[in-house]
Amino acid sequence: MRVNGVAHPAPVDPRRLLSDHLRHDLGLTGTHVGCEHGVCGCCTVLLDGAPVRSCLMLAVQAEGHDVTTIEGLAADGAPLHPVQQAFHECHGLQCGFCTPGFVMSVVGILAQHPNPTADQVAEGIAGNLCRCTGYASIRRAVTRAAELSKK
Amino acid sequence: MTTRWFGERVPRVEDDRLLRGHGRFTDDIDDGALESVLVRSPFAHARILSIDVTAARAMPGVVAVYTAADLPFGQTDLPILIPHPRLTHGRTQRCLASEVVRYVGEAVVFVVAESRSVAEDAAEVVQVDYEQLPVVITPESAARAEHLVHDDVPGNVAAEMIQEAGAVEASLASAPRRKRLHFRFERGAGSPMEARAVWARWSTAEHKLTVYDSTQSPTSIRGGLAVLFGLPESNVEVIAPDVGGGFGPKIMLFYPDELLVPFAAMKLGRPVKWTEDRQEHFTAVNQERGQVHEVEVGFDEEGKVLALDVDFIHDAGAYTPYGIILPIITAAQVPGPYRVPNYRVRFRDVYTNATPTSPYRGAGRPHACFVMERTLDAIAAELGLERAEVRRRNLIQPDEFPYEVGVGWQDGNMVVYDSGNYPALLQKALTNLGTRPSGDHVGMGLGMYVEGTGVGPYEGAHVQVLVSGKVVAATGIPSQGQAHATVWAQIVADQLGVDVADVEVTGGDTRRFPWGVGTFASRGAVTAGNAMAVAAGMVAEKARHIAADHLEVDPADLELVGGKVQVKGSPDRGMPLAAIAVLANPVRYAFGGGTEAATQFTARPRPGPQLHEGEQPGLEATGYYSPPGSTWAAGCHAAYVRVDPQTFRLEILKYVVIHDCGRVINPLVVEGQIEGGVAQGIGGAFYERLAYDDEGQLRNASFMEFLMPYATEIPAIEIDHIETPSPLNPLGVKGAGEAGVIPVGAVLASAIEEALGIPITEMPLSPLKLFELSRPS
Repeated sequence: MRVNGVAHPAPVDPRRLLSDHLRHDLGLTGTHVGCEHGVCGCCTVLLDGAPVRSCLMLAVQAEGHDVTTIEGLAADGAPLHPVQQAFHECHGLQCGFCTPGFVMSVVGILAQHPNPTADQVAEGIAGNLCRCTGYASIRRAVTRAAELSKK
Repeated sequence: MTTRWFGERVPRVEDDRLLRGHGRFTDDIDDGALESVLVRSPFAHARILSIDVTAARAMPGVVAVYTAADLPFGQTDLPILIPHPRLTHGRTQRCLASEVVRYVGEAVVFVVAESRSVAEDAAEVVQVDYEQLPVVITPESAARAEHLVHDDVPGNVAAEMIQEAGAVEASLASAPRRKRLHFRFERGAGSPMEARAVWARWSTAEHKLTVYDSTQSPTSIRGGLAVLFGLPESNVEVIAPDVGGGFGPKIMLFYPDELLVPFAAMKLGRPVKWTEDRQEHFTAVNQERGQVHEVEVGFDEEGKVLALDVDFIHDAGAYTPYGIILPIITAAQVPGPYRVPNYRVRFRDVYTNATPTSPYRGAGRPHACFVMERTLDAIAAELGLERAEVRRRNLIQPDEFPYEVGVGWQDGNMVVYDSGNYPALLQKALTNLGTRPSGDHVGMGLGMYVEGTGVGPYEGAHVQVLVSGKVVAATGIPSQGQAHATVWAQIVADQLGVDVADVEVTGGDTRRFPWGVGTFASRGAVTAGNAMAVAAGMVAEKARHIAADHLEVDPADLELVGGKVQVKGSPDRGMPLAAIAVLANPVRYAFGGGTEAATQFTARPRPGPQLHEGEQPGLEATGYYSPPGSTWAAGCHAAYVRVDPQTFRLEILKYVVIHDCGRVINPLVVEGQIEGGVAQGIGGAFYERLAYDDEGQLRNASFMEFLMPYATEIPAIEIDHIETPSPLNPLGVKGAGEAGVIPVGAVLASAIEEALGIPITEMPLSPLKLFELSRPS
């Protein structure tokens, strides 16, 4: 599989989850694990550009696919990706644990709806749980990210 | 002091690395660590007949399996963190149970293996034989005491306490009207997105224990580990790295893993880690909120409260590690912002066969607020008065501070409100709420609260200007998302006249600052915030003196601006802080960074020894702040809701918050705290319910069934502030972390009651609960 554009050897352990493979075999610890049953969305990554729960996939299932994690959105030292920048501007994160999952989901939402309505924003992030922000700032961040993405 | 940063919406300095996926949470730390799993009790109450770990020990890849018998501290009860004379029957669990288990999730066996999957496989072959015992699960059944949770605790009562201010019996007897009310509040759970985790390494060569822990109190963990393992505190390092939400339950100490992981690391000579999974978090981590209240209120025809008699039972859970702080807070906070001239409160803290309770955001207050606000609504209904008018008539007035309530507070002192303007909060909330939306089944809800914040005993801070001119600052308390690195930097930057970007803050790392208490009880801004101001003020003073010496001016004529110390009004007569940092440390050997200016042949001659008596090297200082008493924040929430009479779906049409936490350091951060608090309140009031069955099994221990709200359930929250500075601390700040959650249950109950015309006396609600309450009985 290719992760953030880099080819990696196939995972060895057939029962390894994609989330654990990314975190513990490849050291990409920006992908977080909040529930391991596909509800919280903390582990969201892009598989061939579409958001998926990496805790609900085996690593071997990602063979032959392109995986993008939070670390792949903006290179070290480069400016933040528009979605990351919008979360910063709108105080869209507090503890930061759910944040990578939200950011990846929002990248997916904006690919589908470049000008999301309020309902599309709410529905779009309704697969991710946040316990800190109360979501208002995240909704603002999605709208702001749509603006920034056009610049 | 200039106030360039204080009060500004400074964007958070901690965001960049968290947004890039470069945060560092405990489970992100590996370093070849062995992994571990706990075998937990599947029963709520049972006697352990035997434990057989033979098969687990024999499994390839298993490194160690520990039962209580294998631990030198296996027969030691874990500490009661906050002893109290009224806690006559305090009980705590042992690190691993070996005789009786008293809640589902109590730890029994600890397995360490080369990998997590091997540890989990080994845990499955551990054989524990149990004899089930009768289960006590509700606080009411605990109080009836048909069965005992602890054989040696009569009546299941851990503690009983009565307090009285005024003369309740007499004033009730003479009150024109009396009313009896019954309220029930169920358990809730903090459920941070990051479950708990611990990583530990023992260095034999350095004789040093290093522990990473997703805790809200690394300093206390360090103290406890030093005592347990007989090490000097200086040989124990505890770091709370990025912590993925806390909300209270991460300040329990000790959870068994916090002892077992360091113990195993020391025994095995390899790093060991443990990461909790979501399912075990549901029962292994402390919960809160279960209380049942019987209330009698006496009032007059105007709706003024004359006497209030509250008798409640508090669900302690299986043990009382946190003492009786929760019911003490509830008892203290029932009167809220209202004059209650005669107040009596009695509580019994009762054991149940459920997870122990300790503070969860709000900590005893949401239920206290629910009791008082529902009581005022009942008075309004009986007298046919507006709910707001009844509140207006009972509010403490702005000229009545300091205001003594007459009961005890969690810090051992009496409750004394320091400042506030409650009528202004109410008025502003009603104004912002505006006119009632049209339509059927719409209800208005209103709730007011006070919150004792900023409890002691103290926090400290270290601030240093480096020879580069950059500033580093550290405090003992960690952040779980409250933007400490930003707000502490704002405070320090103002004191030193530097840019926020030039201040780098470390929290929760005992290597950088070993003393302090923890992040809880909305206390960070008051305690650590003021400590930062104290330490940075000391550094500023030192800088002024060194500069005055060099510039040959009076220190009083100097100001710190733009990274320089300069003569007031003469920006050209000054010197950079970086240069002062060099001069503050007389050196023999120049090591670069301009330090040649502080060597013996180049420094400006100065009579006497190079460090005068009482002087310390370095442009740095350590300062502490210990509050004289709690600061009392306050607020008013109001909402319009609509409830569908067929499906009982709740729609929050408008939700307004007026909040007073004294001087606001960073409105962006405070508003985030409030929005998050209200969302947690909405979850706790209408969606989240811990569904324990009669056997003490939590039937919904997953996010599939424990319904934490998503963005689709939480409305926009309209927030406004008033500021009544606290007279108790130099910054005039009060705490803000818990405020958002406190009145939400009361507000929604009030609104739903009006929308559906059915009495609401319990929390949490749900569509099903409203359906049941609406059916003719």
